Amino acid sequence: MIQKKSKTGTFVALGCIILFLALVVLLENLSLFMDNVPKLLKHTSPLFVVLKKTAVYALAAVSMNLLTGFTGLFSLGQAGFMLLGAYTYAILTVPMENKAQVYYAFGGSALKFSLPDLFGGADTTHGLILGVLAAIILAGVVATIFAWFIGLPVLRLKSDYLAIATLGFAEIIRAIFQWQKLGPITNGANMINKIPTFSSFNIENEAGKVVLRLSTFVPFLLAIICITIIVLLINSSYGRAFKAIREDEIAAEAMGINLAKHKRMSFCISSFFAGISGALFAMFVNNAQAKPFTTNLTYEILLIVVIGGIGSVSGSCIATFLYVACSEWWLRFLDTETAIGDFKVPLLRPGFRMVVFSIVIMVVVLFFRRGIMGNKELPDLFKRKRKGAAK
Amino acid sequence: MKKFISLSLALIMALALVACGGDTSGETSGDQTADKVVKIGVFEPASGDSASGGKKETLGMQYANAETPTVEIGGVTYQVKLEIADNGSSTDKAPTAASDLVAKDVAIVLGSYGSGVSMAGGPIFDEAGLAALGVTCTNPNVTAGNDYYYRICFLDPFQGTVLANFGMEKFEAQTAYCLGEIGNEYDQGLITFFEQAFTAAGGKVVKDSFPTNNSDFTSYLNKAKSEGADVIFTPVSIAYATQIITQAGSLGIEIPFLGSDTLDDNMVLEATKGTNIQLYVSTFYQEGGNPEFDAGIKEYINSNSTAKDANGGNDTISAVTAMGYDAYYVALEAMKAAGSVEPDAVKAALGAVTYTGVSGDIAFDEIGDAIRDTAYIKTANTADGTWTLETVQKAN
Amino acid sequence: MEYIVSVWECIVAFFQGETVQYIISILLSGISVGGQYALIAIGYTMVYGILRLINFAHGDVFMVAGLMGVYLSASLPLYVAIPLVIVMTAVLAFCIERAAYKPLRSAPRMSVMISAIGVSYLLQNMATYITGAQPMTYPTISGLSDTVQIAGTPTKWAVLLTPVLVAVLVVGLTLLINKTKVGMAMRAVSKDFETAQLMGIKINTVISVTFVIGSVLAAVGSVLYFTNYSAVTPTIGALPGLKAFVAAVFGGIGSIPGAVIGAFIIGICETIIKGLPSSWDVSVFSDAFTFALLVIVLVFKPTGLFGEKATDKV
Repeated sequence: MIQKKSKTGTFVALGCIILFLALVVLLENLSLFMDNVPKLLKHTSPLFVVLKKTAVYALAAVSMNLLTGFTGLFSLGQAGFMLLGAYTYAILTVPMENKAQVYYAFGGSALKFSLPDLFGGADTTHGLILGVLAAIILAGVVATIFAWFIGLPVLRLKSDYLAIATLGFAEIIRAIFQWQKLGPITNGANMINKIPTFSSFNIENEAGKVVLRLSTFVPFLLAIICITIIVLLINSSYGRAFKAIREDEIAAEAMGINLAKHKRMSFCISSFFAGISGALFAMFVNNAQAKPFTTNLTYEILLIVVIGGIGSVSGSCIATFLYVACSEWWLRFLDTETAIGDFKVPLLRPGFRMVVFSIVIMVVVLFFRRGIMGNKELPDLFKRKRKGAAK
Repeated sequence: MKKFISLSLALIMALALVACGGDTSGETSGDQTADKVVKIGVFEPASGDSASGGKKETLGMQYANAETPTVEIGGVTYQVKLEIADNGSSTDKAPTAASDLVAKDVAIVLGSYGSGVSMAGGPIFDEAGLAALGVTCTNPNVTAGNDYYYRICFLDPFQGTVLANFGMEKFEAQTAYCLGEIGNEYDQGLITFFEQAFTAAGGKVVKDSFPTNNSDFTSYLNKAKSEGADVIFTPVSIAYATQIITQAGSLGIEIPFLGSDTLDDNMVLEATKGTNIQLYVSTFYQEGGNPEFDAGIKEYINSNSTAKDANGGNDTISAVTAMGYDAYYVALEAMKAAGSVEPDAVKAALGAVTYTGVSGDIAFDEIGDAIRDTAYIKTANTADGTWTLETVQKAN
Repeated sequence: MEYIVSVWECIVAFFQGETVQYIISILLSGISVGGQYALIAIGYTMVYGILRLINFAHGDVFMVAGLMGVYLSASLPLYVAIPLVIVMTAVLAFCIERAAYKPLRSAPRMSVMISAIGVSYLLQNMATYITGAQPMTYPTISGLSDTVQIAGTPTKWAVLLTPVLVAVLVVGLTLLINKTKVGMAMRAVSKDFETAQLMGIKINTVISVTFVIGSVLAAVGSVLYFTNYSAVTPTIGALPGLKAFVAAVFGGIGSIPGAVIGAFIIGICETIIKGLPSSWDVSVFSDAFTFALLVIVLVFKPTGLFGEKATDKV
């Protein structure tokens, strides 16, 4: 009975995901088929930039949630692993023809190959897809390798000590990548740009006109695949072990769960997906540079996790959209001085947006302590509703 | 129940915000009925590390807009409106800020101060078919390979060379100590070009970098002294430059400082006042170069408290302000040449625009860079806190 | 005898040499930086000792104190402005504690820490809004800003005053904690929260007192710090705050002398790294070194230099 129910649940979930992705593709391409689309749905609309950023950050948030929400390990090293992912991706995918231009300060790159070129060039379909996919996976792998080594000393620490030690490692990683001596590989302080981005996936005809836009679909597809894997993991026996560790380490150990092994596993898996989200981040901002990967980025992601509800994957995803859209889109009008008639609206000037936004965050943190979803998932809500209707 | 309430509250909040978002975008599309309006996007940092410079650059555009609020394009008079978006000096905030400008239907984009954000926001403008006109982003990679990005300033290779030559000629410098922020492409880029020119001329360069948010520069300055530097080259952002100059002042450093265009700022100037610092900066504009412009903008700054705050509390004109002013007029010229306010047409016309601004003649080469061969070198007069023109350097 | 004389001459020559002058100048910078960290670290360590909370907002309180110094001294004479800054910083910290931490007293520790991050975010954004993201110049305080020559290296009085002040504060605070009733209450609360409450200690008052003391020190620290490094920017508190926390961990969290010694060690090490010859190109790692030190301490001696051994209760 239970088996069967979960099976239908899986199909429903799968159906929802496919529908959602189809909707994304449709929305994005609406302006190609119809002339008079509403402004919001034009392909240049902020909606799509926000959606792309949402996909990138949602993956980062879910990977952090796996660690903090499901395993109870409070790590603040997320930005460091994202940085590793972003750099790995960018270093491996700069096309050969662009290397001299990108690495102009160092007389070219030390790396004499580029993944998309190996698979036939970034301008061919298979070269692009295979090259980018391989680079993304390697981005995750590099982050995992670092996580494994960092985990050796760090995972023995508890709660806030763990947090501060991982934060320290993230800072150390950043300093290493900014070192000018590593310039031929990391391009030092300069950014690595001219890499394949989300827009490279738009399908164009011979005249160079876009016939099908996939630039929002691609990040969503990648993020959803990764998040699905994380969900499957959470629902497996490993996931149950993680939750047991979160609830009570000592009891979990007494139940025969190997603490060190499971903690390391959770840390490495989380870093793997953080690395992938770093690669997506590089695609989103069209470059890789160590500057944005500060502790502030980690804090942002942590706030997203908290707003969504610690221990809720769907909560993290919803919160990411609200967070990104709120801070960078909907509240933007607060930054411009506005006058209604002769009345000049007070307080409105650059910077006010972020003040309002941080007050909203504080309200959520203080009064909605469990976040949007608590530790429930989206399907749980429907279930309860159905139950209520049956009564 | 409680959970339900909190959930529904959150939902209401979200919906209200969605409504807000919808409202603002609706507003912008309904402008057609009013006088004909053309919008120019201002893509500048108003928060973050480069806010200080970004605001001064925006100030120049705002002044130009106040001076010339209308433009005649193809026989029709348009009202020019500036749409300002804050890119937060951060590459991860730049794409959304850029798309915000695109959504407001601007005809052309000006900015940004800082090359990194320009490179991150650039592709968004490209997709929307907009031309972007960089004002003081000096990194070569902003325009190289991007046919939609133009700029009116000189480039880092030029500036680095000019300063290296100046240091060699003026002080007969043999050793230069270069100090920049780690991970900042502006600082490190200039240091690289300075080093190339300086070592090519037979000098020796000692390079050093400090971590972000560093405040103690005394150890670096003492190091410069102990390593026998003849000049100190610090192409850093305004906040750090102020710190460095203040601390050098109290340490009594007598080694001359060379600075890039970012040091041409009244806060830095303020810091030199009453010290024995020798500070030389290369810049785009020298106050007094165009008395009419100087007088006008000083009046504008003094009559407007917001403008004065943006300018750091006094009316010394920064070169970036003059550049912002010129950029606005170049944008108008492009629209006039295009005879249209359609982004595509403006973009097509921009490359051929020539204009004589307060900072000199502006024309673009095939990459989209300004053809400029002049940099002003000025020195801080520590007695009364003003800039004095030292020399005008041409590329050789 | 001759031998001793020649050795003495060597020593004198050595101390007059440029290298030594350079070393002294580096040490002076180190002491100055370390002293500043120490003043912030005391606040960190006291709060952590009692609440087990990494108060991420502490560095930003320090920044706000600096901003208040700028704005108040613009309209008031310094002898009024500085005490007012200290009082207002204390009030601010009190309000933060009551508004952002007290409601979460029964919540998991992580929630409080997130609240602290939220407060830090809010303070930084407010500061950006108010200053218009421009660096503000701190006023010069006659006396503190004047320069003195130490072994041929010019330095400010503030630099020399800082270690003295820190030493006085350590003695004072140690006395306060060990000899007074409030101090006894603090110790009791840090040992066992609930038992202390049951014994009739007003924990809210004790916690508020701790926050007020910490913020007063941060305010004093800000006066000395910004006299030395005059630009106040919205993010200026973040890094010293984090490093002060590292110092507190290094010294053994909860121990005031430990935090101070940790702060000086970190400050001096950092400036030494910055001062190493440029050809080594290692000054990039001055921050990284601090964090590496933190990880090493945490792994090999998690209780720090002077910390008490914590026991795990099941």
